[in-house]
Formats: sequence, C-alpha cells, structure tokens
Amino acid sequence: MSTVPLENKKNLLPDVADDATQGRPTMQRRVKQRLTSRTATAAAVIIAVIWTIPTFGLLISSFRPEDNIKGNGWWNVITDRQFTLENYADVLSPGGSQSPNLLSYFVNSLAIVVPGTIFTLVLGAMAAYMFAWGRFKGKDSLFIFVFALQIVPLQMALIPLLQLFTQVLKFGDFQLLPSGTYAQLWVAHTIFGLPLAIFLLHNFIAEIPGEVIEAARVDGAGHSTIFWRIIVPLATPALASFGIFQFLWLWNDLLVALVFSGGGADVAPITQRLAELQGSRGGEWQRLTAGAFVSIIVPLAVFFGLQRYFVRGLLAGGLKG
Amino acid sequence: MEDIAEKGLQVVVGLAVFAAIIGLIMLLVDRAPKSGREKVQIAGFLAPALVLLAVGLVYPALQTSYLSLTDRNGEFVGLDNFVWMFTQPEALVTLRNTVIWVVLVPLLASSIGLAYAVFIDRARGEKALKALVFMPMAISFVGAGVIWRFVYAYKGPEQDQIGLFNQILVWFGQEPKQFLLDAPENTLFLIAVMIWIQTGFAMVVLSAAIKGIPTEIVEAARLDGASAWQQFRNVTIPTIRGSLIVVVTTITIGTLKVFDIVRTMTAGQYETSVVANEMYTQAFRAGEPGRGAALALVLFLMVLPVVVYNARLLRKQKEIR
Repeated sequence: MSTVPLENKKNLLPDVADDATQGRPTMQRRVKQRLTSRTATAAAVIIAVIWTIPTFGLLISSFRPEDNIKGNGWWNVITDRQFTLENYADVLSPGGSQSPNLLSYFVNSLAIVVPGTIFTLVLGAMAAYMFAWGRFKGKDSLFIFVFALQIVPLQMALIPLLQLFTQVLKFGDFQLLPSGTYAQLWVAHTIFGLPLAIFLLHNFIAEIPGEVIEAARVDGAGHSTIFWRIIVPLATPALASFGIFQFLWLWNDLLVALVFSGGGADVAPITQRLAELQGSRGGEWQRLTAGAFVSIIVPLAVFFGLQRYFVRGLLAGGLKG
Repeated sequence: MEDIAEKGLQVVVGLAVFAAIIGLIMLLVDRAPKSGREKVQIAGFLAPALVLLAVGLVYPALQTSYLSLTDRNGEFVGLDNFVWMFTQPEALVTLRNTVIWVVLVPLLASSIGLAYAVFIDRARGEKALKALVFMPMAISFVGAGVIWRFVYAYKGPEQDQIGLFNQILVWFGQEPKQFLLDAPENTLFLIAVMIWIQTGFAMVVLSAAIKGIPTEIVEAARLDGASAWQQFRNVTIPTIRGSLIVVVTTITIGTLKVFDIVRTMTAGQYETSVVANEMYTQAFRAGEPGRGAALALVLFLMVLPVVVYNARLLRKQKEIR
C-alpha cells in the first residue's frame, strides 16, 4: 500500500537477512551479546512454537494413512509411526471426476501466474519509466491518480469487469478474451497489479542517475533503446522484488479466480480446487492435508529460497489485497 | 500429458501475443516522424497500462457505484440496497463482524508482532525464529484455512479427537467444542487465523525498524539505568512510531478486504460473514449484483480514510526529512 518509513533503508536488507552481524563493528556485536537474554529467548521460542504447530501438524498428517488421520490426532505419531505417500498419489492422480486431480490444477496455477506476473512487470515498468523520465504536461497529476487507484478494492471492479469480458468484448462468435482459457485471468490480474507495480517501480527507476540516461539520449538513443538497454538491466533488483511479490499474490489468489476461471480443471487454479474440496469433502482429511501441502509448497519454496527479496518487496510495498 | 501440452501451448501463445504487441509498440515509437516523436514515444509507453486501468478499474468502479443503486433486474431503486444493508438482521451481522475483525486483527497482530520483534532482537537463533513466524505470510489464505480447520476439527466426546484444540480441551477435562459453528465466538476463531498470518508481517517490518534505532540512544538509556520496560516505552516505541502506524494501517486495510478465510472456512454461514465475503455471495451466488455493488462501495468507503491518513502521514514524514 505504501512505503514503510525507515530511517536507514540502506541497512534494511542485510539486517533482515541477519547476515550483517558478521560485518558489524565489534562494539555493536558486544551490545547485542549483552542484550541477549534468556527470558527473551524463551518467550520468542514459545511464540515460534505456537506459530509453527498448526503447519507442522498438517505436514505430519499428510503422510499418515487415511484411517489414522481420521481415527486419532497427529500427535499420536510418537507411538504409532506409520507413514505413507498414498495421500499424495491420490490427490495428484487424474482419476475420475471424484478425484481431486490436483496436478491439473497445479499446472493451471503456474499457467496463470507466470504470464500474469510477466505482463504486469513489463507494462508496469514501461509506464513507470515514462512517469519517472518522460517530459509531458500533467505528468504529476496523472501519476498521483494512478497511485490513488490502489485505494479501489478489487471488489469494486469485479462485476462490471466480468460483464465487459463476456458481453462487451464479444463480436459475434469471436470473444476477444475467450472464456474457458487463461486469458481473462491474465488480463484481470495484470489490471489489479498495475497501480502498485507502477508506483513501486517508479520509485526505483526515478533513482537511476540522470547522467546515464542523458548520455544515452545525446548518443541518439530513443526511449525504447534506453528502456530495454539501460532501465530494465538497472532496475532488475526492483523488478525481482516486485515480481516475487506479484507471483505469490497471484498464486495465493482465490477471489479473482472464482469470478473469472469458470472453475473447471482446464482453467481453475489450485487454490480454487482446494477451497472446493473443503466445501464438498470437509471430512476427507487425508486429501485435504496432502492437497493443502501441494498448494503451499511453491510459495514456501519461493519464500525460503528468495526470502531476502520477498522481505525487501514487503518492506517497500506493504501489503496488497 | 496431452492436457499439460495443451495448457503449455496456451501459455506460449499468450506470451507470444503479448510480446508481439510490445514489439509492435516499440517498432512504431521508433519509426515515428521526427517532429512528434517524443510525444508518440511517451504515449506508446504509457498507453497499454493506462488503457487497461481505465477499462479495467476506473470504468468498473464507476459502474459499480451506479449498480449499487439498482435492483436485481437492473432497475433504479435509489438507496434501497443501502437501507437493506443497515436494517436487515443478517446484513447487520455482517457489518458487526467486520467491525470486530478490523478492531481485533490490527491490534493483536501488531502487538504480538512488536513483542516478538523485541524478543528476537535479544534472542539467539534470530534468523530461524524470524522465518518460523514469518512463514504463514507465504501461505495462501485457502491453505491457512485448511490448516486451521484441522486445528479446530471436532469429534464427538466419545471419540478420539483429531483437532489439536479439542484435544487440549479434553485433556483439561472439558467437552469438545464446535469451534466454527457456535456463534458468536466462532468469528473470533476465524480472526485468530488472520492474526496468525499478519503477525509475521508486523514482526518483519517492526524488527527492521528496531534495528534502525541508533545504538548510542539504547546505550545512553542503559547507562541512565533505564529498565528493559522503560527502554521499550521511552526509547523503542517513540523511535519506531512511524513504522508502527504503517503496520497498523496496512493490516487494517488487508483486514477490511478479508475474503478467502471466511469463504473457505465457513462460507459466511453461522453468522460469520464479513462485508467482502457477503459482497461475493450477493453478487455472484444470490444473483443480487445491486446489493453486492452496494457492499463493495461500503468497503471502499471504509478503506478510504485509512489510506488517506496513511498517505498524509507519509508525506509529512518526507517533508520532515
């Protein structure tokens, strides 16, 4: 939503990733050591355990045989160590219509999220570049207007946008964004992601030293050359941060999917399928636990693998939703 | 496999079309006649994003505002939908719940996040502790819904419990409880899920702010003999006030728009609905787009003051700097 006001933005990232302690002056390390207290550690560990147990219980359960999951609590694994991969095989396999068939929905999620992220990044960066370096009348007011669009909850746009896709952008039998394909989701996600993308990327691109761009201009480079040869390479860190953020946001989305996907195995993402399974088979814990884990494995991998970019994106952009 | 190939093809076509459009724009702006080239280039870079925003966000938002004044047949009914919202018992429950959410989630998530940030600042193994509490941020609300429904799972008193909370009740000699069914406290158990997710966000931002406090100030307070609590109240809190406000307002905005948790855990039944969920139910399930639009508008009006406050605060801070 907005930039977090931090006094020392430069130090932010290393601090968060906690590898700055190695490089810090000894004075600071001494302070840190003296401040380390057992009570604080104990309190922190207790909270961390409470926060982790629900996910941990789900993970353990997803490997237990069906009868065990339904029969007693997952903490019984201490005495009864039976594990199986059957739940995962069951939820992933493309069985009949009764099967969760999650592999198919997993592919849909990827097919929605990857283009959705790329489109937002490219269009957002192009607009951000002009807002930062273009010279035209009304630039500032237009930029503030785009920034202000973040206020509009996407709920405000859903009903008319669906009508637009299905009724207005239809010429005879030709639908510009055909139902039953990913196209509507790509476009909807791109639209909803653009205000934040333009705002964040603008902040970064505006910081690029003007001399670099001036020099290119003097050499006769047009905007498209400057954009692709100079801006995009220099803005890669910001693009990566926002890209990861957008990726996770799209992967975890449910609302936009419910409205635009139609719900079938040919388009709907895994979150939508999982929500459906909860409704129709609320007691099938062997499927729900394994299914939930299949759906959160990608965001978790992104999170643990790219934590520092993720954190940086978060600190720069706040929450979206 | 055939299925996956088909989906892959769709993605490739989508990306190719997008690349072709962008390539065409770049080609056109480079070939523009010399005299007006600058203008054409600016327009070419801005147009895709601005057209999408105008068609996909601005127009729909206006359209939704109008829709809120119509009934299910599209006829103009004035403020009837708003009268419905503020008089009908089931709609009033929705509003009441939203107020409870928006009071409790920012307050508790920020407090716990702040306490945790302070604890880990003095704890060993900071990086791991941070990752554990932050992890729920990466998990989708749908996934979190499954995780917590499992924690709340209910079995009759004569059976073994599979949900952790009911097992704890049983260990303490209590009757197991239908956590998600018994109104009005079931709303609190849904709120717990949101707090579980948002605490990590508060913690990461506040932790970064705490680390930005100059060591000298902390040292000075220590030398003056300030106790840990005094340091926290008189040094930490005032210094990170800006970040604290941003965290609270950001979580407030996210909470107002909360949809997925309610949708997947109770679908808004048992008196747990909130505005964002009711909007979806009315517009896309009950065939009442007018009511849905009215709810979306109310949501917008609730978010608006928070965002404006946030933006003004940020501007003030920029001026000070």
